[in-house]
Amino acid sequence: MEYRIEISPLPKWPDSRGRSVAVQIKNLLAMDVDEVGVREVYTIAADITAAEAERISAELANPVLQRGILGESDWRRFDWLISVGFLPGVTDNVGRSAHNAVGDIIGRELRDDEFVFSSIEYLVKGAALSESDVERIGKDLLANELIESINIYSSANRNPIPLNLPFMLDAESGVVKTYDLEVADDELMKISGDGVLALSLEEMKAIQNYFRTALDRSKFELSDQPTDVELELLAQTWSEHCKHKIFDAEIEYEDENGNVERIVSCYKSFIKKSTREIGERIDWLVSVFHDNAGVVRFNDEYDLAYKVETHNSPSALDPYGGAMTGIVGVNRDPLGTGRGCDLLINVWGYCLGSPFTPAEEVPDGLLHPRRLRDGIHKGVIDGGNQSGIPYGLGWEYFDERYLGKPLVYCGTVGLLPREIGGTPGHEKTIKPGDLVVMAGGRIGKDGIHGATFSSEELHGESPVQAVQIGDPITQKMMSDFIKEARSASLYRFITDNGAGGLSSSIGEMAEHSGGCGMDLAKAPVKYAGLQPWEILVSEAQERMSFAVPPENWEAFKKLADKRDVEVSALGEFTDDGKFHMLYNGKTVAWIDLDFMHNGLPRMKLNAKWTPPSFSEPELPESANLAVDALKLVERLNVCSNEYKARQYDHEVKGLSVIKPFVGRGRDVSGDATVSMCAPMSKEGIILSAGILPRYSDIDTYHMMACVIELAIRRIIAAGGKPDAIAGLDNFCWPDPVQSEKTPDGEYKLAQLVRANKALYDYTKAFNTPCVSGKDSMKNDCNLGGKKISIPPTVLFSAITKIDDVSKALSLDAKFAGDDVYVIGTTKPELGGSEYYASMNAVGNNVPKVDAELAAKTHHAVSAVTDAELARSAHAPALGGLSVGFAKVAMAGRLGLEIDFDAIPAESGMTAAEILFSESAARFILTAAPESSAEIAELLAGVPYAKVGKVVEEPEARFTSANLADANFALPLDAMLKSYKTPLDEV
Amino acid sequence: MSKTVETLIITGVGLNCERETAKAFDIAGAVSTLIHLNDLLEDGSRLGDFDILAFIGGFSFGDHLGAGSVFSNKIKHRLRGELERFVSDGKLVIGICNGFQTLTRLGLLPALDGEYFTQQVALSLNDSTHFRDDWVNLKAEPASPCIFTKGLDQVSLPIRHGEGKFVADDDVIARIEGESLVVLRYCDENGSTDCAFPANPNGSINNIAGICDTTGRVFGMMPHPEAFLSPYNAPNWQERKISGDLPDEGEGVVLFRNAVEYIRRG
Repeated sequence: MEYRIEISPLPKWPDSRGRSVAVQIKNLLAMDVDEVGVREVYTIAADITAAEAERISAELANPVLQRGILGESDWRRFDWLISVGFLPGVTDNVGRSAHNAVGDIIGRELRDDEFVFSSIEYLVKGAALSESDVERIGKDLLANELIESINIYSSANRNPIPLNLPFMLDAESGVVKTYDLEVADDELMKISGDGVLALSLEEMKAIQNYFRTALDRSKFELSDQPTDVELELLAQTWSEHCKHKIFDAEIEYEDENGNVERIVSCYKSFIKKSTREIGERIDWLVSVFHDNAGVVRFNDEYDLAYKVETHNSPSALDPYGGAMTGIVGVNRDPLGTGRGCDLLINVWGYCLGSPFTPAEEVPDGLLHPRRLRDGIHKGVIDGGNQSGIPYGLGWEYFDERYLGKPLVYCGTVGLLPREIGGTPGHEKTIKPGDLVVMAGGRIGKDGIHGATFSSEELHGESPVQAVQIGDPITQKMMSDFIKEARSASLYRFITDNGAGGLSSSIGEMAEHSGGCGMDLAKAPVKYAGLQPWEILVSEAQERMSFAVPPENWEAFKKLADKRDVEVSALGEFTDDGKFHMLYNGKTVAWIDLDFMHNGLPRMKLNAKWTPPSFSEPELPESANLAVDALKLVERLNVCSNEYKARQYDHEVKGLSVIKPFVGRGRDVSGDATVSMCAPMSKEGIILSAGILPRYSDIDTYHMMACVIELAIRRIIAAGGKPDAIAGLDNFCWPDPVQSEKTPDGEYKLAQLVRANKALYDYTKAFNTPCVSGKDSMKNDCNLGGKKISIPPTVLFSAITKIDDVSKALSLDAKFAGDDVYVIGTTKPELGGSEYYASMNAVGNNVPKVDAELAAKTHHAVSAVTDAELARSAHAPALGGLSVGFAKVAMAGRLGLEIDFDAIPAESGMTAAEILFSESAARFILTAAPESSAEIAELLAGVPYAKVGKVVEEPEARFTSANLADANFALPLDAMLKSYKTPLDEV
Repeated sequence: MSKTVETLIITGVGLNCERETAKAFDIAGAVSTLIHLNDLLEDGSRLGDFDILAFIGGFSFGDHLGAGSVFSNKIKHRLRGELERFVSDGKLVIGICNGFQTLTRLGLLPALDGEYFTQQVALSLNDSTHFRDDWVNLKAEPASPCIFTKGLDQVSLPIRHGEGKFVADDDVIARIEGESLVVLRYCDENGSTDCAFPANPNGSINNIAGICDTTGRVFGMMPHPEAFLSPYNAPNWQERKISGDLPDEGEGVVLFRNAVEYIRRG
């Protein structure tokens, strides 16, 4: 029987959800509505009686707040009803929980062929609203048509609302097609394009050639042409997303003087090389680059794993689902590192277009950046909070070039026991005969072609199925289960199912034993109608893959059942060198592992560096620095995003020591965060990051140098030491391959080479090895006749251990009377700065890093914090000293008196240059006057000066005998207003 | 030798504060045991082995159908008898955040007229309509019979929830107030309960942050005492360290110690 259960708020309580929707309609869509009501609907299709359904409707409702009824209540005092449900096949997490709860109420678990679908009904009152207005409310605010259904009813229509029953239509399963690759080149490319395979002609020909020479296929009743399973498998395995083809390419790089250099793999020549060379002189690298996350030594009990990912393309299409998948997806990286980490801290960061972008400037086919931003935040908020993992770092960076493709960075820190079951926790093996086991969510059509699609630019026909929806609770239950299975040593190997699904996870695992054979029909599916190739490449979420020794299978399965985690043995690992897929016992793919992993032809590319030249902005002789300084604090890249950030949990687990927002009002974003590694532990973890995309406009070499130095400097400012900092590099690039679509590909590739060169130079100089990284290479968008490419963007994340969290430090001035120090020399380096950007200029003097002096400065400041002589420390970045002083004062709710002439600066600089330059390797410190002599001793040899005092008077006052315009004051109130207002309630 | 105090912490199904809650009871002198909800539902008699039962924070079943709904539904249908016995045996129950939401859904709080398992109050969506993480100040009601907050005056703790607005019908509120069942109220940093957002982070009626039943042995609160065990959790620990008045432990510990001592005294 089918029943509709409707749960509405009792009229005696204000409907805050409805009110909030009404406000959004007004603010975001500029429409007037009188009132909005919201009610939840559960549609049940199950063998239950009407009396049971009656009971369910009463029990599902919260009796103090809500009323639950069977059927439909009269809603016609409103004008319109908008019903939002999920499209068939889309994960309905709420419906799943209701399915569970209904079972408890009626005293028997509902079967898989009994359904509960959730939907939401918005009741809208507004006399002036037309049907098309209401449609807009549905499409532009309430639902995403890629995954959700929108049905609109007018109160004039007296018929009952039809039941929301998005059943999947029964379709044939197990269909395998064969491709004919003995065709002309343009036909090969058509096969690649039509199938969203993202394979180049050279790659298609390599596959064609493999099948011409493959032997013994007839043994398994296979023809000498690839099945769709085989072709899809190779497309996933060889995707840019999985194989990092551009980072592995052979590049001919020509510099500005015509010198030509041949680079075989940027990854191996710069990133890996630096880490390998640093690794020879340090002893704390445990496992780098080859596992799902980088692993470094932490203490006697634990190692530390850290991974940061991007999830850009899915977030562009479905910001909520895409971003949620970003965070719960990256959780699975440490979970699948070694034999499985405990998840400790999340990080997030987004590069976005301004939420205030006028709607007409957004190309057709793109979501407005405000909607994108709201959805992305909500997705990561729900994903992170529901997983019970606090966030340790969160930031946003705005530039109009992220309008076409937002960058969504999500990362996770995990603790890996150094020993599991008597062997090192980071080691994992697979023996032939071990079972191929999949655990977690079921497979559906969601996330098919995610890996290949993200290897393309965003275009009008981007596949809807590439969007996945995460379910943090399914994953939480699975990760709890994994912890128990790990303690009992029930598996030998674990890895996550991410991009490429089983094809990628089992494909990689098979390399460890030397082969595998599995039957795709044994994989649990959400609904009928999935073909074998879809089962293999689906990126349905919340899944991990294991190698389970056959003797442990029973115990593994039993534990999983008790924890409501679905596990299936799909086959076994072998050592026959083959990746062998069956479907109900019949072979559907049989490919040499060696060809799968090593048959991909290396790309050959050209790069040519021509340094750009920008006009310098004309600075007024005498600037009104007070006005300019306040304007900088107000800029989107500087101001507070606390309204959004406070919606993320940062205190769960009870580990937070230096929080994301610091100071008296807990409302100024800090440099880095410090967390204990366990409740009440003395040892802790410091996290920081650096991202400076506008510097790339001038030279990606210096951009890279600056982000590395900034991330390290922020660690130092929080009380860390420079000796054992590990780095993570996340490259997001516009397409750097020269083509008709990308006429400046050689320049963009040169930018990539230069960033890599700097990565090598500076990680080596700072002794900061990269332990993990990721690249995302096609961040362009071609829509509405307009191409938007992101600026080359590198997020450099840093992590280190702090031995004693009581020595950690935040940036807020603590006590009036303390001395203010500026450490490091300010140079006229305003190229790419926030100040120039505020004048719509780029300039040319991008900050450069003197690695030797910077390292010396880091060590000296670290000695000061280690001796507990500093009371606050800050690493100024965007907006230079101007924003730096403002943050120190605002956070401390104290004033500053700064002698401008004392600031260490190159001679001849104007006041504006000194205030707004973004020179690297600088700190602002406050300390008690009695510490002065000791500090002087520790800072000897580093440029620094005492520049003033912390004062009670609520203003930052600057004085100068030499520079007339450098005499001004910034009232605390005005600074706080500028800092806190722009994104308040946005 | 003093009696061993046994605490049961229910885990799994999306709950996530088990580690710090266990630590809190452990440093207060109890022995904590974590049991997955499914295992407890299978053998409810295990409840009898314990003195204190903790419903911890997290997102049981993703807060779907309202925070605590699916979880309390399971308990109500499958563990009701054992839980009734636990309470009538004079043992202690604490619900924190999702646990508080669950206790109200179960009707274990406030249980006016001894009517356990009838829901009388609710924790609804925050006025802001979204989740909020912040530190708040709380004033303890000296007249409340609550075991956990004996001797407590003012305390600062983190809150992290989206559904924490305490609501009930006027007559229920009047009874709760009249019978001194309000345990904790949100206040400003000077201890005044005449305060609004953000001091009251969710719009709770009468700034109510925690209540107990008439015995004082069943207690629920939205803020997280288990997330303030270390003095270094406090947002202002640096100033206090410099001034030399940083305490040895966080302000959340006392609630757990009170509970353990109550059981130990018998």
